[in-house]
Amino acid sequence: MNKLGIFALFSALSLSACQPEQPETIRTGLVYCAEGPPENFNPQRVTSGTTIDIVSQQLYDRLLDIDANTGNLLPALATAWQRSADGMTYDFTLRQDVAFHHTHFFKPTRPLVADDIVFTFNRIMDPTHPYHFLGGGIYPYFQSVDWANLVNKVTAIAEDKVRFELNRPDSSFLANLATDFAPVLSAEYAASLLAEGQPQRLDTQPIGTGPFHFKEYQKDVLVRLYRHPTYWRGPAAMEQLVFDIVPNNARRMAKLLTHECDIVAFPRLAELSLITERPDVKVQESTNMNVGFWAFNTKKSPFDQVKVRQALALAINQSAILQAVYFNQATAAKGILPPTSWAFDQQLPAANYDPAQARALLAEVGLSQGFSMDIWAMPVQRLYNPNALKMAELIQADLAQIGVTANIVSYEWNTFRRKLTDGEHDSVLIGWAADNADPDNFFRPLLSCAAADSGSNRAQWCDPVFDQLLHQALSTGEQQQRLGYYITAQQYLHQQKPLVAIAHSQRFQAINVNVEGVSVNPYGGIALFGARRITP
Amino acid sequence: MIIFLLRRLFLLGTVLLGLSIFAFSLGYLFPGDPLQNFTGLRYIDSAQREQLIQAYQLDQSYTTQYVAFLTRVLQGDWGLSFSSQQPLLNEIWQVLPATLELTTYALLLSFFIGVPLGILAAMKPNHLFCKSISGMALVGYSLPIFWWALLLIMLFSVTLGWLPSGGRLGVLYEIPTLTGFMLVDILLSNTHYQDAALMDAFRHLILPTLVLATYPTTVMIRFVRDAMLDVWEQNYIKTAKAKGLNRLQVLYRHGLRNALLPVIRQIGLQFSTLITLAMLTEVIFSWPGIGRWLIDSIYQRNFPAIQAGLMIISTLVITINMLTEIMHTFFNPLARKY
Repeated sequence: MNKLGIFALFSALSLSACQPEQPETIRTGLVYCAEGPPENFNPQRVTSGTTIDIVSQQLYDRLLDIDANTGNLLPALATAWQRSADGMTYDFTLRQDVAFHHTHFFKPTRPLVADDIVFTFNRIMDPTHPYHFLGGGIYPYFQSVDWANLVNKVTAIAEDKVRFELNRPDSSFLANLATDFAPVLSAEYAASLLAEGQPQRLDTQPIGTGPFHFKEYQKDVLVRLYRHPTYWRGPAAMEQLVFDIVPNNARRMAKLLTHECDIVAFPRLAELSLITERPDVKVQESTNMNVGFWAFNTKKSPFDQVKVRQALALAINQSAILQAVYFNQATAAKGILPPTSWAFDQQLPAANYDPAQARALLAEVGLSQGFSMDIWAMPVQRLYNPNALKMAELIQADLAQIGVTANIVSYEWNTFRRKLTDGEHDSVLIGWAADNADPDNFFRPLLSCAAADSGSNRAQWCDPVFDQLLHQALSTGEQQQRLGYYITAQQYLHQQKPLVAIAHSQRFQAINVNVEGVSVNPYGGIALFGARRITP
Repeated sequence: MIIFLLRRLFLLGTVLLGLSIFAFSLGYLFPGDPLQNFTGLRYIDSAQREQLIQAYQLDQSYTTQYVAFLTRVLQGDWGLSFSSQQPLLNEIWQVLPATLELTTYALLLSFFIGVPLGILAAMKPNHLFCKSISGMALVGYSLPIFWWALLLIMLFSVTLGWLPSGGRLGVLYEIPTLTGFMLVDILLSNTHYQDAALMDAFRHLILPTLVLATYPTTVMIRFVRDAMLDVWEQNYIKTAKAKGLNRLQVLYRHGLRNALLPVIRQIGLQFSTLITLAMLTEVIFSWPGIGRWLIDSIYQRNFPAIQAGLMIISTLVITINMLTEIMHTFFNPLARKY
């Protein structure tokens, strides 16, 4: 062997020695690469799935949990609950000795009591609550389900007993408590922050009862959590949990392949086949209740006319979108409700692609020469819409066929949402992921009048007929009756077309093969409590 | 020499003055409300507005406004960032050390590789090995840096898995920021995983340093080679050789010293290119430096941040340029005449 060969061999050996046995810090920590930064650390105040993934299941607990497989409610912080005969009062018994996080910024002196629950829920609905207007008094999820008008009072009837009194019976009430948007906060921490004059820290330096406690947040860089050693379900397997914020898809994938990330949120559908070929990475697929749609701003002309909306719906080629944007890894949507929901209307027809018919409809309303409109494409990728820009381009081309000129508009994500809530758009490509197993969770947050006021109704659509149907469905506890109302509601939507549902997609995570125990709730975020590293 | 220094300092002052006037006028040239652009406040209510206009003297003439602007800049009040609503100067102090760290290592590396290779290439200009050095320098000089960086990431990170693909340190290591220089911070930190963290930080440094060093190294090689060839023809070298000094002595005492003079000047002139390349490198390797920060700010239309970034980077480049110029003159009496 010549000198060069020996040198090459030596350097190869020394370089491969750069991959020694992993240091302890690496072995006891887990890195989750997230697709975006959290808005804040209080799920009550947010809607984005990114924030929910990072915050909800890791830092907090809820009164109830949802069984991922059956959609049934499970005890969490509440061990038992009772519904009164008239459906207006709910009593909850709390779990004993649930410890709050003990951190460098707060040392709790007592375990969870009924006051914490009262504090948490009064914050949402009581305008005189000292924390209500922190962050603008906006609680998107609760506003979309009209919580303030539904719940009359929350009271502590004993140290470990809470009573919710409602204004009217609501069959989806318990499901709301089990969503990732309903964490339980610490009243003691809030009081001490008020005393210090630092109330805003409640949502930026969170204290909860969840499996991990907050350590630091470097804006747009990472979120660091440590294990909560006295968690009531027992300590989590991993000592440290870091959410590395990597908005770029390709970089997130590269970090997975270099093992800098253990779990990668939302791998690109186009890359799924590539990942599955790697021996060191696995793809986990889980059911997710979501819908990607194209909503028209029905407050603006010409989208206030049903025929225009129907024409636009007829003009787009759904199957082409499914192939180009979702790589056929999604179900074609017939309506906003996914087929896996019990309230899904089996009679709904599949989407129809008929440009000629669309032109005829436009001609009927005197728009035969076409018109010009904006399509807002969200700048981030979501499960329900992995590539809104591409989708917008496809729709743009489809619309050109019927003489409609479409401009594609996009802003930075926070600006985008703000402008959207203000109703500045003509139409928008966005979507929704369910927070609980109740079908109401698709209708009311997306298309009710209350949601039009709070801004989560992207179609700005407020129709008394539809609202009445939703109301009737909620007032009855009888499942068959509810189903009847929801089927009528779906037929009505199909005819009115405030939005065009495009696809329901599965949720995928790419995970290092040495990591186990990652679970994903079909109605919410990822849970890393059970995640652990296994030695190969 | 003193007159020369004074002249240079005067020039520096003039350039900085022009720069500050330009930065000030950006407040008006950027789209949107000048008051927002200057203060960085996103939402200003009408009561606050009056007060701020008073404080920023925006109701006065442009000259008064400019003086007020300059006073604020000198006092360290650079306004807030649109996106985070934090003081800009704080943000800059957080990201600037990362850039300085990276550029320093890259410059050092290019110096230690470029100078010897340049000398080698000059010693036997017709030898195949020396020709190949010049050839390599030309290739490196013309390599698009982002392509080169991605290529290295593909090979060493994704395919071989030897080196991380980006960042300064594995995210699981928690190192408190004291100086902003990662290696120093790790050494100052009091954790049980200091060694592992240091190793990890080195591994993170390798690729970005290598990529950033490519361009200055090739420039260094070419300049040292040319200067060396030039010097080697001079009469005093021939004299030294004739006096019987051995090759190494001639090379070091008479050749290198004279040949390195133009190289010092080159470093200053190349510094602005280096900063531009550092920005690209930072974006590709997610290096949390000022380049990435500035590019993010441009994407977010964060006007106050763009203004501040422009001021700090230009000042840096101009100052370094001036310093190398002065150094060059200091070592080279011939230059003092001008």
